Formats: sequence, C-alpha cells, structure tokens
Amino acid sequence: MSKYMIPANLAVSDTGFLFMPSTGETFTLNEIGRDIFKLLQTGLTEDEVVSSICEKYDCDASTCRKDLDDFLGQLKNYSLLSEL
Amino acid sequence: MSELKRYERPIINKQYSGFMNKFGTSPITTPKTEIDGIAVNHLVEQFGSPLFVMSERRIRENQRNAYRIFKTRYPKVQFAWSYKTNYLDAVCSVFHSENSWAEVVSEFEYDKARRLGIKGDNIIFNGPDKSREALVKAIRNKSKIHIDHFDELYLIIEITEQIQMKAEVAIRINMDVGVYPKWDRFGFNYENGEAWQAIKRIMANKNLKLVGLHTHIGTYMMSAEAYRIAATNMALLTRSIRDEYKHLLQYIDMGGGFASNNTLIGQYLPAEQVVPSLEQFADAISSGLFSLSFSAEDLPLLILETGRALVDDAGYLITSVLANKRLSGGKRALIIDAGVNILFTSFWYKHKISPAQECGVYQEEAAIYGPLCMNIDCVRESITLPSLKQGDKLIIEHVGAYDMTQWMQFITLRPNVVMVMEDKSTELIRKAETLEYIIERENLPAKFQKK
Repeated sequence: MSKYMIPANLAVSDTGFLFMPSTGETFTLNEIGRDIFKLLQTGLTEDEVVSSICEKYDCDASTCRKDLDDFLGQLKNYSLLSEL
Repeated sequence: MSELKRYERPIINKQYSGFMNKFGTSPITTPKTEIDGIAVNHLVEQFGSPLFVMSERRIRENQRNAYRIFKTRYPKVQFAWSYKTNYLDAVCSVFHSENSWAEVVSEFEYDKARRLGIKGDNIIFNGPDKSREALVKAIRNKSKIHIDHFDELYLIIEITEQIQMKAEVAIRINMDVGVYPKWDRFGFNYENGEAWQAIKRIMANKNLKLVGLHTHIGTYMMSAEAYRIAATNMALLTRSIRDEYKHLLQYIDMGGGFASNNTLIGQYLPAEQVVPSLEQFADAISSGLFSLSFSAEDLPLLILETGRALVDDAGYLITSVLANKRLSGGKRALIIDAGVNILFTSFWYKHKISPAQECGVYQEEAAIYGPLCMNIDCVRESITLPSLKQGDKLIIEHVGAYDMTQWMQFITLRPNVVMVMEDKSTELIRKAETLEYIIERENLPAKFQKK
C-alpha cells in the first residue's frame, strides 16, 4: 500500500494556498485538494485517504480513488510528493 | 450522522506571477442548466447526447430585431434567409413565417425552398454552380437569378431563346472595400468595369430583365465601414443604370456577412467587445444608399441575406463528458461526445462553453477533445472550466450557423436536432442517423455478398 512523503516545511493554509519555501513556488488547492494534502502530510496511506474523504464528502470509493490517482500524479509532477 | 459535503475532483493549480490580463471576460462559473426554460437533463433523457437544440423564440427575436433596425433606417427592406447557414426545414420555416424570402446557392437548396412552398419569385438564386436544368427551373418560376460569371450569363441567354421566356436577373458584383482578403472570386468586378460590361450585355438583350444588383463583400465582417463603401458603390451603379438606360432597378441586395457574437480563434478580445452591432451595419448601409438621391417611390428594395448573425445564438450543442485525463505536461484534458465533425465551427471559433449542472467555483485550465480517433479532433485547445466528472454535461453556445450544414458523418452518427418551440414544447426536427440510414446508399458487389 503506497505511502507518500511530502517535503518538509511546506505550508498549506486553511483556504488552500500552498507555499514551497525552497523554490518560492505557490499553488492553490480546492477544498478537497487541501483536505487530501493535509491527510497525506499526516502520513496516511492511499486507502486511508480514500476512506477519510468518503466519510466527509458525498462520493463513492471508486470515484475518489480514480481522482486521487490523478491528484497524486499532479503533486508528483510539481515535486510536492514522493513515493516511499 | 452529519450531512455529507458536495464532492468535486481535487484540484491543484500552480500560480504564475506576471501582469494580470485586464482584457477578456471572466471565466464561466454559472452553470447553464436550461435552454429556453427546458431543463438540459430532461432534453438529454428524451433525445440523447450529443444533442443540437434550436430556439424558435431566439430566431424570431433576432429576425424581428434585425428587420426593425434596418426598417427604421431605410424604408424598403426585405430579408432573404440564407439556406446554406442552416437549411433544416424547421429553421427555414421559422424564418419564412417571419416573411423572409429564400436565398439559395445550389439546385438542392432551390428544391428545398420550393418544397417548403416558397414562391419562385421569392427565391434568390446565387452561387457559381447553376446547371442548365436548374436555370430552366428558375426562369420558369420567375426566380431572381444572380449571375456569377459571363459563361452563366451566356447560358441564360441561350436558354431564354430556347424556351422563349424572359429571365429576371441581377449580377453579383465584387469590389475593393478596404478589407482583406478581397473577395473577387464571385461575380463581376466593379473597379475594372467588368460589372458595367455585364450590365450593358444584359440591357441589350430582350430576353433578360435586369431587376437588381447584388454584392456580398465577405464573411464574419468586423468592419461596418466596408458596408458603407459597398452600399455607396451599389448606389452609384444603380444611378448610372437609371441615367444611362432610364431603367429603375427593383432592388439592391447587400448580401450577408455580418459577424456574430462568437470569438474567433486568435482574437484577443471577446467578440462582444469588437464585433459591430447590427445597428452599426445598418447605419453604414443606409448611409451608403443615400448616394442614390432617388425620390422615395423610386428607391429600390434593400435585400439582406443575413445568416450567421440571425441564427448563430439560436443554436446550442449539449454534450457529455466521456473522460478526464492528463496530458504529458500535466494539463487537464476533457474528452466529450461531440467531435469536430459535428462542430465544424470549432476550427475557427472559441465558443462559449458552460457546464450544465451545479459545479464548484474552483477552475482549472483544460483542453477539450472530441470522441473521434483523430488528432485534429480538438474542440478547444485551452479553456478554464470547473471540475467535471464523467457524464457531466456541457453546453456549447452559438452553434446555430453552419454547424448543421457543414457537419459530416464520420466514424460515428450525427445526433438528433430538436427545436424548443415558443410554447416551450420540444420538437424533434432532425432524427439521429442510424447504421441503416448510412448503408442505404451503398451497394456491395455481388461477389462480396454472403450467400
């Protein structure tokens, strides 16, 4: 089961504004994106993230997993995430 | 248990520093959930997706508005519906019920207009391709034949001698109105005297009656001034014919070409900020026609063949999201069930595209591709849209002009077309194609047929 590492000192605000001090890059996340990012920061696995999101939002696990895959790809693309 | 929150796909957008774009329109955040009061979901349930939807109400409003605008500036005005813009029977019939004549450019369109009960003398027959049979038909029906070239002129002379009938003709005139590209492939040139030569030839023939002059200076014209120049030239020529031959023309046909509110690909500002209004076009044409200096009773009828500007915003295309995917650089791409084969105008327009259901306010840049297995099937290279999932609906607006005549059957079948009527009922005005419809015209040689 995949676990991910997020670079240290990345800051994400409650409104979904993300700042990477090492490069000065900034990003914005929608509400679910922000929630997922914070869950990943706590070290949850993919399955745990999906369960957690489905408890809070009106979606099925399959849709959530599909969208999570895409989102993780985006985070990796921006070097905001690496697989352990 | 607490109520679950509305779900949408997680999105992350990288922020780029730089100057803000102070031009253009804001991204679309308001969904368009209905067309003329009919819910999009209801339309899709009943007629499927993709689905073209025409609005009877909007067509009538556009036509009445255009007539009022021109009629308040010039006393004698007649519109002729440009069949090539959209020749679905129902669409043509709405225009005809608003007193529009028919403007056709082929024998097929001519026959279509006659089928709809349009009187021969209310049909303007344009175009470079008129067969002998089509010309005979038009002469017998007293239709207004707009001659495109000398070969056609001489063919008409030959036919009138053969069938011993007079033909009512006009000539199409091309001219330099200061815009690029110059449309000089149709008709007779004004500046080099070719048009006057054609007029002299017609006036000298007892079987030909010169009833009007026609010009059509271009398409999607973004300069009203060009129409003023064209109308002035037409007026001067009309006056010369009166002075030289003591002959009053029945009409001046200024053609069409007014731009609609669709933004062109590569155009920096949105169409609503740069396209002249119909009032501006009407001002330009009527001021040009003042050069006639005729008495009120001698003024020729002003004919307009406006197509795009009257029907574009009366057409919608409902389409469904088939898939979301990422391009190699991370850009989002949407695949929808409507391709460029039914949305031909996406090659030159940036259509307004709105989600048809409630959606989040967070937006992401995306490319929109059609379902065809062809690289050219790109409906939009880049657009900012909210999160959409498989099955969500989009509405592509301003597709009433040319999409339903230039579309082609390719790989898949062309969809239903419905019209939302003024009383809010819906009518199927063109059935979706079937495999049987496509293969009906084919013939399989006997040796390939299975015994």
